[in-house]
Amino acid sequence: MSYLPTNGERADEGQLIALNMGPQHPSTHGVLRLKLLLDGEIVRQVEPVIGQLHRGFEKLAELGRYPQFIMICNRADYVSTFAYEAAYVRAVEELLGLEPPPRAQFIRTICLELDRIQSHLLWLGTFGLDLGALNAFWYGFRERELLLGLFQELTGARLHHNYFRFGGVKLDLPQGFTERVQSACNELERKVDEYEEFLATSDTFLMRTKGVGVLTKGMAVDWGVTGPNARASGLDFDLRRDEPYFAYPGLSFAVPVRTEGDCYARFAVRLEEIRQSVRMVRQLLRELPEGPIIAQGWEKRAAHLLAKPEGEHYTRIEGPRGEIGIYLVGDGTPSPYRVKLRSPCFQHLAVMAELFRGQLLADLVAINGSFDLVMGCVDR
Amino acid sequence: MAPLGLAERAKDGRGGLLLMRLEGLLRWGRSNSLWPMTFGLACCALEMMATQASRFDMARFGSEVFRPSPRQADLMIVAGTVCKRMAPRIKTLYEQMADPKYVIAMGACAINGGPYQKSYSVVKGVDLLIPVDVYVPGCPPTPEALIAGLIKLQEKIRGEGARS
Amino acid sequence: MAQVQGHEALGELSRRFAGAIEEAGSLKDKPFLRLRQEALLPLCQAAKELGFDHLACLTAVDYPQHGYFEVIYNLYSYAARAHLVLKVRCPREAPLLPSVAGVWKAALFLEREAYDLMGIRFVGHPDLKRILLPEPWSGHPLRKDYDMAQEQFVSKGPQGEDLVSFDQTRGW
Repeated sequence: MSYLPTNGERADEGQLIALNMGPQHPSTHGVLRLKLLLDGEIVRQVEPVIGQLHRGFEKLAELGRYPQFIMICNRADYVSTFAYEAAYVRAVEELLGLEPPPRAQFIRTICLELDRIQSHLLWLGTFGLDLGALNAFWYGFRERELLLGLFQELTGARLHHNYFRFGGVKLDLPQGFTERVQSACNELERKVDEYEEFLATSDTFLMRTKGVGVLTKGMAVDWGVTGPNARASGLDFDLRRDEPYFAYPGLSFAVPVRTEGDCYARFAVRLEEIRQSVRMVRQLLRELPEGPIIAQGWEKRAAHLLAKPEGEHYTRIEGPRGEIGIYLVGDGTPSPYRVKLRSPCFQHLAVMAELFRGQLLADLVAINGSFDLVMGCVDR
Repeated sequence: MAPLGLAERAKDGRGGLLLMRLEGLLRWGRSNSLWPMTFGLACCALEMMATQASRFDMARFGSEVFRPSPRQADLMIVAGTVCKRMAPRIKTLYEQMADPKYVIAMGACAINGGPYQKSYSVVKGVDLLIPVDVYVPGCPPTPEALIAGLIKLQEKIRGEGARS
Repeated sequence: MAQVQGHEALGELSRRFAGAIEEAGSLKDKPFLRLRQEALLPLCQAAKELGFDHLACLTAVDYPQHGYFEVIYNLYSYAARAHLVLKVRCPREAPLLPSVAGVWKAALFLEREAYDLMGIRFVGHPDLKRILLPEPWSGHPLRKDYDMAQEQFVSKGPQGEDLVSFDQTRGW
């Protein structure tokens, strides 16, 4: 690659080119716009311009009643739709002092873990696509359909489930569902090895990911990076293990941590997370308790519409992209006074702009892909 | 313009017969080789990708060539919420597409703002900016629904079915 | 870096800033301190030195009936696994607060968001401008008195910049 100027060298002194990347670009994963200042192939300055998908979730929450926002907030992160739903429902439950029955906790956790797998599969597909590995896209989507079919069976929707309720879940598992999840798990475990084999042994893939876009641990903490991206930088922290909620306290699983902090580490951590999630789903199915799926007195719709939590509280859960937080202020009326959605992607975008500086334009695509941004989650 | 009957065209005797058939052929070709633009806005983009990907395989209907550049595409699938900040850009993208061009409004947001109708920053329907050929309802529409919309559009291009 | 357990750090902070703490308590399981504005920056610096390295969430709540905004900082210490919530109030007519972007980089974007949607000005922020809404947008939508009936329309200027107008015919 001798024709490319290396870092620090200038291709043509004083010739900076301004380039707009996005909002319509195949590898910005949505409507992200990056204003770039290029020196040959090297990115000198980056300014992310966001807000092209700002839909005003936080205001919409104030305009409706508590249960109405479940349906809206799962559209914030449209790749892992269960995550925001779970965070919001948990926030309201904690203000109300409501404890869902164990079976509901288990069903929720199964949903969240399957959701994490499908989110990572989609990420794998699009990340591969960004780097020119089109087969990753086809494979990732093939296995994702398997999980979406299960979700459709359980909740009635492929993407936006609106399945969690205050105090439990909407419906019980359909007949034969656990067996179908089992067989999906078997399938997935085999496929993940396959992905690893064809991506991690590909020279092109390794050249484009190893040592590219290194995020140090200190930087990750300072910029508020969380989730798999932080774990790829050596931050050994996972809310599922360190602040367990729902059915996580009883589960045994490993938290994959890498210290390199490059694109490959982020890839490896996510791939390992798929394996761990499969393991968790297996445990949950094995230990799934019998009993009610929703707390006493919350079976009827009216109870939800009349929910009047009071007080304020910050709740967070581990989403597929990182810490999803809800700061909820309730004033004792049936609509929330203030809901703040703490989005992991928003923080990741801030640090990415830092990482892009001094990189090759082609590596920008790899870094952007490896961080797994969802613009709906950034802009809210 | 109503198509002329065979007898009338024979009477006319100015080669109309060939012209009409060529147009039919063009329409048939056009309808079966729609090149959509890679243009995802929000949630619906995932279902658009799923439609294109392994299980649903849009290629069966002649539309697998997703083009990132509007200059090479003739079908815009507006997949997702049209926010006010994005609206002028969508208009520009539409104007950059070469004629003949078609638009599918995919999902509740693109049709009328959907769940965000009350929001301060969402445009209440993409048809306020650009003309829409086919509306596909759903939030988000399933891949089957999008394929049904695509087939409807193909019928429209061929001049079959209801025309406005 | 001196790192102490969560409650010790809290005790240390309450001792050192005793004069500036207006209220102390807990939000569910998380301890919180409500401070006077001028103590915010030194307290944040001290908190970071005591191990609160993660600014998890920064948000603002509008209380027009009381005439102030409340800005809430959710801190977390990875080392001590401890939470700390800081609250500051600023008057609605002059919503000025010191920026903590120099303490945690994570605040750079969060403060811009709070400025954009709630209209709180963070003094000392290196690049305080709107982030989610177009720059010429008028009003801050998350304020309780934001007029939802008065719709604003966006169009694109000759340089690709956003233009905002109240006139429906001049944008979307």
